[in-house]
Amino acid sequence: MVEDNESTETDFITYEEKNPYIKYFRKDRLPTIFCSGCGIGITINSFLKGFESSGMDFNNLSLVSGIGCSSRIPGYLNCDSLHTSHGRALSFATGLKVGNPDLDVVVFTGDGDAAAIGGNHLIHAARRNINLTVICINNNIYGMTGGQISPTSPEGSLATTAPYGSIDTPFNLIDLVTAAGATFTGRWTTAHPLQLSNSIKNGLLNNGFSFIEVVSQCPTYYGRKNKLKTPVSMIKMFKESSINKRKVGTLSEKELLSKIVIGEFVNKKREEFSNKLENLSHKESGRNTIRKSAYIL
Amino acid sequence: MIQINPDLCKGCYICVEICPKSVYTVSSVTNKKDIKLPSPENENNCIHCHLCELECPDQAIYVEDKK
Repeated sequence: MVEDNESTETDFITYEEKNPYIKYFRKDRLPTIFCSGCGIGITINSFLKGFESSGMDFNNLSLVSGIGCSSRIPGYLNCDSLHTSHGRALSFATGLKVGNPDLDVVVFTGDGDAAAIGGNHLIHAARRNINLTVICINNNIYGMTGGQISPTSPEGSLATTAPYGSIDTPFNLIDLVTAAGATFTGRWTTAHPLQLSNSIKNGLLNNGFSFIEVVSQCPTYYGRKNKLKTPVSMIKMFKESSINKRKVGTLSEKELLSKIVIGEFVNKKREEFSNKLENLSHKESGRNTIRKSAYIL
Repeated sequence: MIQINPDLCKGCYICVEICPKSVYTVSSVTNKKDIKLPSPENENNCIHCHLCELECPDQAIYVEDKK
């Protein structure tokens, strides 16, 4: 037990000030709209932890998102944010970054937003190697619209639009962006929050296109259809079926189909897009590119 | 000291599952959404790893550091 005078002192500090993550939130929006046990909350915590350890300035951060459950994150965090049209978050982010090269731009996107409608924008942003950090929250289903099959739904998984199980081969998002030319890629699940925050830190510090896939749970639609009704059973499933990339060599291709390969896959250096643009401007006209920003006049 | 905010908790019980020292149990105390709140029953076992803080999707847990 704490002493009396000590307890009265701590009474003046509200809960919002005590929790390490709530200080970054817009407090009037809490509690969040997400379902009970949704993995998006865990991703927000991991992002904030990674952001803190990267030593960046919260006032210099801009969050961009498209449409979907995961795209509600910028509305909850108390920094500059853009909530844009479906799948086009990366296009808006590219414009924001080229116009304001000093901003730290982070894109929150879902699997439907990044891989389905915004698939083209994803591969071209990776090809350009523009300095963005993309955090893709992959819950294997379209959660917001009622549980339809998404491009990353595993083969055989059940959904509203696949009552007999999905017959499509899912996208491997990490392989896709690696082939397109991303300079930092990583995949973790919501059962590995510390490793995830470390990867987000490395992605933020990487000068180039960083793509971090977070395999997340959707207990309301994916879980209920696939005999994983509670968030706890989904977290357990992630722990059991995830395998580090170091141990992949011991498994056959068939065994790997049911596994989630986790780890950091690519970390390399390549010339960045906005730097290239600046160099071109210096070479051809002898001055910086024109910037229109609320910060830099 | 472990504090659980009843206004933010949505009762997913991830904290009960994730805690390496089994500090949390589901109590019979309910909040205004009629959700049975988890309670830090075995608080003395806590090793202050802050994993529950990180894994709570609704930012409803606060673990005070050892002094």
